[in-house]
Amino acid sequence: MSGKEKIITVHLKLWRQKNRSTKGFFEEHTLEGVSTGSSFLEMLDQLNEKLIREDKAPFAFDHDCREGICGMCSLMINGQAHGPERATTTCQLHMRSFSDQDTIVIEPWRSSAFPVLKDCMVDRTSFDKVIAAGGFTSVNVGNAQDANALPISKENADLAMDAAACIGCGACVASCPNASAMLFTSAKISQLALLPQGKVEAHKRASKMVEAMDELGFGNCSNHAECEASCPKDINLSNIARTNREFFKAKIFSEKE
Amino acid sequence: MMVSHNYLTSSIGKKQIMAITGLGLVGFTVSHLIGNFLLFLGPDAFNTYAHTLTSNPLIYLAEVGLGSMFLLHLVLAAITQLQNRAARPIGYLAKKSTGRGETFASKTMAYTGLILLAFVIIHLINFKFGSVYESTIEGETVRDLYKTVIEYFSNPLYVVWYCFAMVALGIHTSHGFQSTLQTWGLRHPKYTPMIEIIGMLYAIFVTVGFSACAIYCYLQN
Ligand code: FES
Repeated sequence: MSGKEKIITVHLKLWRQKNRSTKGFFEEHTLEGVSTGSSFLEMLDQLNEKLIREDKAPFAFDHDCREGICGMCSLMINGQAHGPERATTTCQLHMRSFSDQDTIVIEPWRSSAFPVLKDCMVDRTSFDKVIAAGGFTSVNVGNAQDANALPISKENADLAMDAAACIGCGACVASCPNASAMLFTSAKISQLALLPQGKVEAHKRASKMVEAMDELGFGNCSNHAECEASCPKDINLSNIARTNREFFKAKIFSEKE
Repeated sequence: MMVSHNYLTSSIGKKQIMAITGLGLVGFTVSHLIGNFLLFLGPDAFNTYAHTLTSNPLIYLAEVGLGSMFLLHLVLAAITQLQNRAARPIGYLAKKSTGRGETFASKTMAYTGLILLAFVIIHLINFKFGSVYESTIEGETVRDLYKTVIEYFSNPLYVVWYCFAMVALGIHTSHGFQSTLQTWGLRHPKYTPMIEIIGMLYAIFVTVGFSACAIYCYLQN
């Protein structure tokens, strides 16, 4: 821990909601003795210990790996998905981004496709459904073939890898003024469409995944680019452009009705 | 070629149609502005142009095309707006822009669009269906639209409203133009910044161009 670490007091305004069917409300807490060296989630752990000591219900929020790779953490912090830092998940956010006596508003992802389960925990099954709608990829079975038998350009490999960095946290939906899931869906379409293994079903996949996305009640993308700006993995808008192309081709050139 | 049944109802299909109709309206706006520049050359040049345009029977076809583009753009915008609202029934208490994404133009598309809708209706009432004067050019009787225009802009309030609507047009198209290309899948690290600049220049061109015409007419009184 660095010597510059400070102890601060923060005022929290948390969204509390018992379950899916009840109405939520904001609850205020003042938390003293927060180290600026602690992570944002550690601060919430500290709050929960306090709540438990006071015999109150702990604040529910999602988290798992706490190292920015699983995509479980999901808080709207002062109106920004994953807080104020760029390319950072909530679990990677530290209290040094805040000052003494700051008020911090914590809200869940707001989307009709992500119903609140409890407090700031939301159900992101919709994302799984979008992925499932993509279906299979055709691969050669039998012995593993020679790696060089499938030529892939370095550029495409890099682009596919960049798209695959998406951890499916839902920050794109949360930050989008239209609650659109285009960045997520387009990353999942792109990571396969760019590689030879995924090319076979590329059009069909784009069409099916976009259809699923629409049916699940996400909004329509209008190119605000808030998703890209809030994405903890810096997923690029060019994935959305690629999806728009793939979708058009899928619809216009499809042999089936 | 078979357009799948759900292309038009899909989010991307709707956006692509909105983009294309928007681009069509952008094209119309430019030709309209160039026509308006004839105001600077005096009544005869402007009236001859207006007469040639309106006496061509193809004008009806063009009007129907333009009207349907406008309506389609509007209806799709209304549908997507309603869907987007439904997609987030409970808003945020503290929503804050990242500053790296949405812009004033992108956030106000619905409002600038509504201003333009009001503008187009008022504009048609004032000019197309406005006061009719006649003048004679080379022995032919034509509508003196020039007089209608000059007369209209003698009221400074109309000039202000007109310029205000043109600023809305500029703001609307500054997002619309680059958004159109993105929606059609045209994005490139090298060209997209250039496209954004072209969109911005276009927006400034139409705003300044139309406003200049209105102010010029006001000064003719
Ligand atoms: S908890 Fe795994 S990414 Fe934040």
